[in-house]
This record gives sequence, structure tokens and C-alpha cells, in this order.
Amino acid sequence: MSTSETIARRPSQLFRNLSAKIASLPMILTALVVFLGSTAWTIVYSFTNSKLLPRLKFVGLDQYERLWAQSRWLTSIENLLVYGVLSLVFSFIIGFILAALLDQKIRFEGVFRTIFLYPFALSFVVTGLTWQWILNPDFGVQRIVRAIGWTSFTFNPLYDQRIVIYGILIAGLWQGTGLIMCLMLAGLRGIDEDIWKAARVDGIPTWKTYVFIVIPMMRPVFITTLVIVASGIVRLYDLVVAQTSGGPGGASEVPAKYVYDYMFLAQNLGQGFAASTMMLLSVAIIVVPWAYLEFGGKKRG
Amino acid sequence: MADVQTLNMVAAGVDPASDRLSGPRGARPRRTLSRRNIFIYGTLILVAVYYLIPLYVMIVTSLKGMPEIRLGNIFAPPVEITFEPWVKAWATACTGLNCDGLSRGFWNSVQITVPSVIFSIGVASINGYALANWRFKGADTFFTILIVGAFIPYQVMIYPIVILLREIGLYGTLWGLVIVHSIFGMPILTLLFRNYFSSVPEELFKAARVDGAGFWRIYFVIMLPMALPIFVVAIIIQITGIWNDFLFGVIYTKPDTYPMTVQLNNIVNSVQGVKEYNVNMAATILTGLVPLIVYFVSGKLFVRGIAAGAVKG
Repeated sequence: MSTSETIARRPSQLFRNLSAKIASLPMILTALVVFLGSTAWTIVYSFTNSKLLPRLKFVGLDQYERLWAQSRWLTSIENLLVYGVLSLVFSFIIGFILAALLDQKIRFEGVFRTIFLYPFALSFVVTGLTWQWILNPDFGVQRIVRAIGWTSFTFNPLYDQRIVIYGILIAGLWQGTGLIMCLMLAGLRGIDEDIWKAARVDGIPTWKTYVFIVIPMMRPVFITTLVIVASGIVRLYDLVVAQTSGGPGGASEVPAKYVYDYMFLAQNLGQGFAASTMMLLSVAIIVVPWAYLEFGGKKRG
Repeated sequence: MADVQTLNMVAAGVDPASDRLSGPRGARPRRTLSRRNIFIYGTLILVAVYYLIPLYVMIVTSLKGMPEIRLGNIFAPPVEITFEPWVKAWATACTGLNCDGLSRGFWNSVQITVPSVIFSIGVASINGYALANWRFKGADTFFTILIVGAFIPYQVMIYPIVILLREIGLYGTLWGLVIVHSIFGMPILTLLFRNYFSSVPEELFKAARVDGAGFWRIYFVIMLPMALPIFVVAIIIQITGIWNDFLFGVIYTKPDTYPMTVQLNNIVNSVQGVKEYNVNMAATILTGLVPLIVYFVSGKLFVRGIAAGAVKG
């Protein structure tokens, strides 16, 4: 509390930039109440036995033990790992190659870039439904290949439990690779032209220049893109709901869907909270080391 | 002569200016079909065809009648073009008990997107302005929380937000969803505006201060008109992001107010009735049309939004 005496001498610290503080209230509330508060709330309630309504009756790690004993959760985690690793590997490789090809001072660069990036403007729901149709075994790719003579051809990912996640991966790659291409292209354009000249003078082949000079130089771009894309993969939800609804037989379940189903359909809030806290943990494993390297070092230095 | 030369270079895919810089000067034989060019263009064209196939299949399917779909091949162009599936998808397709088509979802999405875009950008631009020009104690802390918050999976925060919205009586309403979109759009938009306003010369701001202009006056008279390009980028990010949202729509609205994406999913994945693939594809294109138009019209600005907005993930 500031006394009238201090106000007379100098405006209180609290009222300096008052307009700015009032204008920033939405941001302050969002940061404190929603981002910090809600996250803390969910973590705290993940240790309770809340069912239909949130109740503060603590049961220790019960919800987590139950979670990791659920085969549905284990399938979700396994799917997310397969999807995540493969989609990172393929989207980075394809995205980088496309960016490198576009960076060869080619004609119609804009046309190609527009084509590679347009799926990214579409929602996951649209993407999922489109690929559901193309991969439809009765009408889509499988039927076409059989019609041209290869009658034993089987490519039926959306109705085969063992490979359904790859069907989703195909759609996910189609939607997301353009973004990586775009970020990689920006990274390539940031490389000094002189590097290329020097490499050419030394007679280093183009592919070697990429692998041993350019890619190591683009490390920060790779890391930032990796963190952004990986933390997006953890949220994978709409695509699965639209393309397979988690099926067949729950074979394409993912953690985000587990959370939604337990919170809003199964009326088992505690499980939903525990599962979402696990999701938070997995993102933290990706983001914290990055934030530490990126920002922590500078502060100390 | 000059024209022939240019044509050759165009055919070879070589930009005249850059070629002068990178290679030895003077005439040299140009091989239009060098192995390198065949490889580059061949790969790019193949990949481009692959990327375009789904769009092509969607359009073609939506223009066929069901008998033709059952007999034919999804890649074949329609023998007999019909627009009936489009009309049905828009006006009479059923979700549950309602049979008024996607039009309801479309207007819901418009009603959600327009205020969300205006509100979220208004709030975030003022945040960015305050952070860049009127730093107060603790401002950076809040900003850091905001940016870190962009990485937190939404699933961790959705339930407490349900409670908060219920407390203020907005759960299940369009305005509740507008608030949610404004909250989750805030990190990236605030970052965008803060970076932009930080790049504005400080002298301009100081001169206005000396002339006695306050917080709001400087914002509306000086900063806002200058920042118009960045507003366009923000609008592009928000329109596509909010229109494409599914998760928040499903959680924070009721069946009457479902946005288009949610309604589309319910139409296509409904278990009752005979599947009408042509209607489904017409509905899918209709839902994707708004972001696609924004994308094709905005061109480079969309790319700029991605580069700036990559944090959104």
C-alpha cells in the first residue's frame, strides 16, 4: 500500500504506465489464469479420483497407475511414437529435398511452392476425409490397381489394424510437409552465397556441400522446426477423428483422443486429467532442453 | 537475337541475372535438357502431381452421380457432370436430426470467425504495442509465460476453461468460443506485433510523447496505420486457423452452433444411411474453400505468416 506521502513525492510504481497495464490485462489474465492456472489445476486434479465432476479427494498416483495399465492408452502411446518418429523423419527429408530443389534458381518456383504448401492451408478434418476417400478399399487406390490387372494387390490401411497408423501418416505428410519445405527454404536462403562459391572453387560436389557444410550451418533452423513440429504432433487429434475415428477396433487411438473421450464422453475426469498431464510431460521433454539451450545459455553468458 | 537468347535461358531454367554472377562469363553451350534439369524438374513435377491428386479426386468425385462412382474409377473425369451433390451438401445433407446441410455450419463458422479475428487481433496488437513501447515491470515475465503457453498441449487446459466459461455463463455459446480463440491466438499474434512494433524507430514514439500524446493516442494515430501490413498477416493466420479449428468447436459449442469443420465430420462419418461419397466430397471442398481462397489470394503474405507464426505449431 502506498501512502499519500509517497504519491506526493513520486507516482507510485503501481500507477506508472497505468494505461499500458490496463491494456495488458487480457494478456496478464491469459498468462496467469489460463496458461499457468489451468495447467496447474489440471495437474493437481490428476491426483484425485474425480469422475463426473472434479472433486478434491486425493488418491495419489492411482490415476496414473490405472492409465498405464490400460491397453487403449498403451496403443495410443505406441501410435503416437510411430506416427511422430516417421512423420518427423519423412517430412524433414522430403521437405528439405524439396526446398533444396526449389533453391536451384529454377523457373516457376512460385508455382511449385504454392502447390506444395496448399494442403497446409486445409484443416486436418478436410485432409482426413479426403484421404479416407482415396484409401477407401472399394473405390480408391486398391481398386484402381486391381482393375489394371494386379488382382491380388492389397493396400487397405484404414481397415487393417496393423497398418492403420501408416494410412494416417500418409495424410499427415501430405498436409504438413509443405510447412517444413517452407521453413527449410527460408533457412537455405539465409546461407551466404559465398559458401557456395567457395565450395565450387574447391570442387566439392553439390551433395557433399549440402551434407557437410549447409546442413550443419542450418542447425538452428532444424532445431526450431523440430521443436515446433514435434510439439504439434503430440496434439494429433482432428486427423485421426476424421480419417478413422480411432478405428478399426481402436487400433488408431492417440493420446489427445483418449483425453477428450475420458473427459467429455466417459465422464471419468481423473483419467482425462492424468492422460493430459502425460501429454504435457512429453512436450516438456521436447521443449525444456531446447528452451534451456536457446535462451538459458544467453542469460548466463 | 536477344529474344532467342532469353528463350533459351528460360527453357534451361536459368535466371539471367544470377547466371551472370555464378558462372564464367561469355557464351557457352546451353543444354536445355541437361541431366541436372531433367532430374530437378522431373522430381518437382512428380511431387506436384502427387500433391494435386487429392484435390483433383475431390473435385472429380463431387461432380459425379453415385452410379458412376460405384462403377468407375476415382481418378476418371466425370462422364456426366452434375452439381446436385453440391446443392445437397450445402442445403439438405443430414447431421443427426437436422437436415439443412452444411449451410448452417458455414454461417456458424462465419459468426465464430469474424468476431474472433477482430477481437483476438485487437487484443494482441495492443499487447504487442504495450510490450514493445511501454514496458512495465513484469511485462517480460507475462510474455514469457505466454510464449511457453503456446507449446502446452491444449488438452491440459480445456477442462478448466470449460469451468471458467460456465462460471461467466458463456459455455456453449459463440462468444465463449470467440474468447477461447482469442486466448489461444494470443501467443503467436502478440509475438508478431511485438516484433513489428519493436522495429519501429523509437524517435517516432518519443516525438509523439514529447507532443503530449498518450498510450491510446499513439496507438491509434501512429502505430495502427503503420502496422497495416502486419495486420493483414495476422488476419490471414487467424482466418485459416480459426476456420480450420475442430477441437475447440467440438468442446465449446453445442450441436446448433457447431462450426463447419465439426458439422462436416458429422455428415461424412455418420453411421446411418447410405454413404453418398459425391455429397461428402462436395461438402469437404466447401469446408476447405474459405482457407484455400485466403491462401491463393494472399500468396506471399501467407508464407510470411507461417514464418512468423511457426510457433503456433
